[in-house]
Amino acid sequence: MIYTLALENITKYFGRQLIFKNINFKFSQGNVYGLAGNNGSGKSTLTKIIAGVLSQNKGKVLHKIDNKEIEAEKLHSYLGFVSPYLMLYDEFTANENLFHFAKIRGIKFDEERIKYLLNEFNLYRRRNDLLKAYSSGMKQRMKFIFALQHSPKLLLLDEPTSNLDEEGKSKVYKIVENEKENSVVIIASNESKDLELCSKLIKVEEYK
Amino acid sequence: MKAYSVFKKDWQSELRTRYAINALAMFILVTISVILFSIGDEPISNYLTGGLLWVVIFFSAMSGLSRVFVSEEERGTTLTLQLIAAPSTVFFGKLIFNLILVFLMVIAITFLYAILFDNFIIENLGLFLVSLFLGSAGIAISSTLIAAIIAKANTKGTLYPVLSFPILLPLILTLLELTKFSMDGESFAFGWTYLAILVSYDVVMLTAGFLLFDFIWKE
Repeated sequence: MIYTLALENITKYFGRQLIFKNINFKFSQGNVYGLAGNNGSGKSTLTKIIAGVLSQNKGKVLHKIDNKEIEAEKLHSYLGFVSPYLMLYDEFTANENLFHFAKIRGIKFDEERIKYLLNEFNLYRRRNDLLKAYSSGMKQRMKFIFALQHSPKLLLLDEPTSNLDEEGKSKVYKIVENEKENSVVIIASNESKDLELCSKLIKVEEYK
Repeated sequence: MKAYSVFKKDWQSELRTRYAINALAMFILVTISVILFSIGDEPISNYLTGGLLWVVIFFSAMSGLSRVFVSEEERGTTLTLQLIAAPSTVFFGKLIFNLILVFLMVIAITFLYAILFDNFIIENLGLFLVSLFLGSAGIAISSTLIAAIIAKANTKGTLYPVLSFPILLPLILTLLELTKFSMDGESFAFGWTYLAILVSYDVVMLTAGFLLFDFIWKE
């Protein structure tokens, strides 16, 4: 399955304030793309528009699998998303969170994959602890497991290394390298080390 | 099936956090106690007890049913849900949760009423139970849709009953008539028109909810 993503004339206003206009870009599998820009430049807004959780004022976001457009209703099956404002359920354990996510997504709760991801992010021993007992760094790692659980074709990472220690950051970079083979990876960040992973950059500020 | 999974997640979460159940239980107890104290030994008509029953049900629903979306918004998990499920899945999952909550709430209130109010005498129990069932479904459907609308507002608590009142008014008025018929021991055939209004209300609200939810759910 070949996944492609295209942005056509994407324009966004908040009230009267223009965030960006006429962003045109094509993304293809096997690449890591970066969204760069200062704080408030609209990187997170653009990731939300790509994820389909925020409406643009003008333009189109085209998600395609084997050249066939993915319906908006089914987009969540192809999408993995990590961001600082993403929250998981504190009243559930890591395992319970992932179990509910799998069931709601309508996929099998793949214990082998979950075990692999929990081990990768050093959370396997804490998998039965409630998330409210996790540190912010552990919660950030948990967000990666949430995003990768269903092997998405589009991985959207908004400030992926925030709250992570050096070991966590290396793990993220390794994951990005692995995932880019079979999916499109987009990183929105200010960190130069994060953006070094990207083969192409969109400077959001240039679209004012 | 996916909608059922959303319901299961919410139910398990509710059992741990008691967001809605505690609010509902306290509200039911306090409201019925206030009514009992304010009546004292004064004799009241059975029609009035029927009317008060729906007042308690309406305000209890207002105190607890918005939690399905408000709790997601307060915990910041709305985005998570948007990323794992289609809007229709979320709507029906939340609706199942509110249906169960309303049915439990209505059973508890009616049970307490039957015990505590001597004048609450239903002659046609069948008609009353059908009205109660259709009315509860209507309240759950409307409340779920309105809860989704107000969840993002700053003044959630005030906005919920204010928005709900005009939408639930035709339902409550119909239910008051049907409760009166049940107390008078009228037949199903006598209350048929009102039952048809209840069914139509439920179908219209369910269809409107399904069609509009997509626009409410996405920012």
